[in-house]
Amino acid sequence: MMNNILYPIIFILFISSINALSEPKKAYRGNQLAIFAMALTLIMSFYQINETYLLPAVLALVCGALVGITLAARIKMPNLPQLIALLNGFGGLSAGIIGITESSGPNHPLGLILLIIIIGFITFGGSTAAFLKLATSFTLKNSLVMRLTSAILLFLIAINIYCTNTGTLESILGLALLTSLWGFCFILPIGGADMAIVISLLNAFSGWSTVAVGFSLENALLIIVGTLIGSSGIILTHIMTKAMHRNIYQVIFQPFTAQKEQNYPSNRPFHQGTIRDAAFLLENAHKVIIIPGFGMAAANAQNEIVNMAQILKTKFNVKVKFAIHPVAGRMPGHMNVLLAEADADSNDIYELKDINQEFPTTDVAFVIGANDITNPIAKTKKDSPLYQMPILEVEQAKHILIVKRSLSPGYAQIDNPLFYKDNTLMLLGDAQKITKQIIAEIEND
Amino acid sequence: MTILNIFILSCFIGYFAIWRVTPVLHSSLMSVTNAISGIVIIGATEAFNEITDYPEPYFLYVAIFFAAINIFGGFYVSARMLNMFKPKDQNNDE
Repeated sequence: MMNNILYPIIFILFISSINALSEPKKAYRGNQLAIFAMALTLIMSFYQINETYLLPAVLALVCGALVGITLAARIKMPNLPQLIALLNGFGGLSAGIIGITESSGPNHPLGLILLIIIIGFITFGGSTAAFLKLATSFTLKNSLVMRLTSAILLFLIAINIYCTNTGTLESILGLALLTSLWGFCFILPIGGADMAIVISLLNAFSGWSTVAVGFSLENALLIIVGTLIGSSGIILTHIMTKAMHRNIYQVIFQPFTAQKEQNYPSNRPFHQGTIRDAAFLLENAHKVIIIPGFGMAAANAQNEIVNMAQILKTKFNVKVKFAIHPVAGRMPGHMNVLLAEADADSNDIYELKDINQEFPTTDVAFVIGANDITNPIAKTKKDSPLYQMPILEVEQAKHILIVKRSLSPGYAQIDNPLFYKDNTLMLLGDAQKITKQIIAEIEND
Repeated sequence: MTILNIFILSCFIGYFAIWRVTPVLHSSLMSVTNAISGIVIIGATEAFNEITDYPEPYFLYVAIFFAAINIFGGFYVSARMLNMFKPKDQNNDE
């Protein structure tokens, strides 16, 4: 009875909360709506628990809450993607475990339960791999072994499912273990900057595992909310793959690093600039566009960059804009979060399609920690893996400043002709240090 | 059958609601959906009603534990993030 009244209220709240994310100003309210809806859900569902189990269940909830809040409070914003990967995994794990307990119940179709366990534990294993890759910048030199392992695991999983007709606890647990391992081996070989796509995909998986639990319990709330999460993950995956001009098959089976023909010519001449040169160019520009990439997050340089933009704006009357490529960073919207953290003016932040026509009238393009998303090869070189990927057309600016740790190629292992142009100055070093030096220089002028 | 209808309709709602989200907030969208994926906790609390065997309650406590990490961690980090996107003049009203 209580469910009939509360369920509609709860899903109206959840859908409105997602709707509130359409505008940054209203977004905070969206989160509050979702929290309120979740509080109602928790009260309602714990109210129904049998007394014998209530105390330990509440205890488990409190412990989880403490762990979750500690994790969320400690994470630094540049490291956000790894927390999201971890949470995706826990969502899948939780659904998978529920699937295991349901397997002994008499009234659930076995196929559905196997589906819950498979999706749930693949999400868990895959997210663990994604988390490791993001947290330790771990890369796999030879992905063939991993591929082989995952093929063997797939075979074992098939045998296991075939033998699980009886649904004994042992075989179910075996299935859980095998699918976790498979998810892990499957995600591990995927390249570093494809992580934005992988995280979105795992996000979708955690949603669909919720939907599967909803089907097995015939619970409308789980289905509606799970679908919201699943669609969010799928749409984000779609947006990310399109922004890289790749598809899911390529992301999984053709990591950029596998390209052999691109031997990196490290002896081409380039212009190395000094801090003084950079400061001079920036001060005397009318319009500067800053292009941040993963390097900015890695060096934790967002505060310095926004500070620099502020000084240029107020002291030298320069128009400063930020250009954000959809796949800059390691998750969708990563750069926007960092710039917001550093208190950048949101009116100065532009998306790819809104700013590309402005590069020809730009005096200085300041590329910091970004590489492949600016590579002009994407427009010209047909056999390049980057071909037809939408890029920020930095090469059209009058001067280009590139802050980079070293001259090494980007994650795509593809040389960037931008580095060797006559109007390009390279500033090699840590993004944060270099920006600090530039700030010191322009403050003195 | 009704369950299937609900699923199909909610696919449409999901599709349209998510496309409305501004790309600026895609990170927040992910962390919010992360948090609400903890709703799978309902599955655990409902499963307590049909327990047949000894080890099962412990499985369910573990499921509740991980779902709770999702819920509280996800909402906390979303709040941290969305707080930064708030217009400056609203910052003191909470």
